[in-house]
Amino acid sequence: MHVPDGFLDAPTSVATGVVAAGVVGASLVRASRRELDERTAPLAGLVAVFVFAAQMVNFPVGAGTSGHLLGAALAAVLVGPATATLCLAVVLAVQAFLFADGGVTALGTNVVLMGVVGVWVGYAVARGVLALLPRRLASIPVAASAGAFVSVPVAALTFTGLYAVGGAAPIPLGTLAATMVGWHVLIGLGEAAITFLAVTSIVAARPDLVHVARGRMPALELRTPEPVA
Amino acid sequence: MGSGPGRHLHVEGRSVLHRLPAHVKLVGLVAFVLAVVAVPSEEHPALGALLALAVVLLLTARVPARHVLPRLAVETPFAVFAVVLPFVAVGPQVALGPVTVSQTGLTAAVALLLKGTTGVLAAVTFAVTTPPRDLVRALQHLRVPDPLVLIASFMVRYLDVVADQLHRMKVARLSRGFSARSVRSWPALAAGTGALFIRSYERGERVHLAMVSRGWSGSMPVTAPLTATGRDWAVGLAPAAVALVVAVSTRMAG
Repeated sequence: MHVPDGFLDAPTSVATGVVAAGVVGASLVRASRRELDERTAPLAGLVAVFVFAAQMVNFPVGAGTSGHLLGAALAAVLVGPATATLCLAVVLAVQAFLFADGGVTALGTNVVLMGVVGVWVGYAVARGVLALLPRRLASIPVAASAGAFVSVPVAALTFTGLYAVGGAAPIPLGTLAATMVGWHVLIGLGEAAITFLAVTSIVAARPDLVHVARGRMPALELRTPEPVA
Repeated sequence: MGSGPGRHLHVEGRSVLHRLPAHVKLVGLVAFVLAVVAVPSEEHPALGALLALAVVLLLTARVPARHVLPRLAVETPFAVFAVVLPFVAVGPQVALGPVTVSQTGLTAAVALLLKGTTGVLAAVTFAVTTPPRDLVRALQHLRVPDPLVLIASFMVRYLDVVADQLHRMKVARLSRGFSARSVRSWPALAAGTGALFIRSYERGERVHLAMVSRGWSGSMPVTAPLTATGRDWAVGLAPAAVALVVAVSTRMAG
């Protein structure tokens, strides 16, 4: 669910646009130095497509309702936070311009909420949790799901803060914050479960693709059969 | 795969809007919606007039209504919020039939619906008249940093490919008797999502190697530069100019 036009006033929308542009700019620098180089743009492009497609998978919750993955923390864990910010920013821009999903003037707000807060909070929590857990592959999905769980209510709280600054109508802030965080803790639980399951399956098949696991993987040992005399 | 959420909106056509250069439309769209958002929330008649302008713009694109109307469903979540808003907002109360609601909440809710709908209509107008490829060219023309343009271009190119792959995976699950009805189906769906990541990433690796073997040097060549005449700019920015006049005059008056 993306913030539409008119939810936040024009100055707030412009300000979040400037913040989003700044972080995307910094991510460009960081991504080119540490995560990608210019020649691997197709990889980042396909990761962006993956985030978009993953949001199309409906997870049934029961009683006829279903939810979908937001994917910010998942992308950060898989490809690194700077690349994930770039991918999310492009995904949100394409959704706004080609699918009319999410307001055009709210693009900066949406990038800040999902591409910046969602990605970097998710990544920081995942790294922090990973540092506490034993150095085993099984720790990676646990850390990723912790990041996913925390990133969703934090993004909701950020939205509440933005609404307090430039919202359309005065709503008691305590109530709004409690409602937003309450719902998004539930959504975060779903996000954490899906992220855990998805990262488990990726770690089982291609642990080398998981960015957060780099440098933390147990060294592979070479096993060769005893030479037959 | 029908008109699922993975299908972009573009419809071929020959209207004035279809023929405008994409970068002009992009600038015009952002300026128009920004000016609409800047109109004070109490000015409902002005916002209604701008909504009517957005409807007229969409009509000039001459695309079938059945193609456009389902897209307005993206509005649903915030329409719900707008309905709730008068009941939860603070401020002076006003009687509305059998219930009393917040006056400021009511004003904001109507403004939210008007502004949000105008924004969706304007974005739909842009989307139906602009091929996805032209969005990428417009971003490139407007000097968006190269890596972002590249990511956008690969996204536009491979969106349908990956969406089709996702669809094939779904058909494969269904043909093995899978049905997603409860939380118990999550492991299979999430494993599918994981598999989709690996397949997308590996597709990216193959695409990269194929590009390198064809002489890719790290930057996207501009093969058909976009050009705009002064008249194009005048046409493209006209709605934004109208909205700006409305925004300024309502702010001055209010």
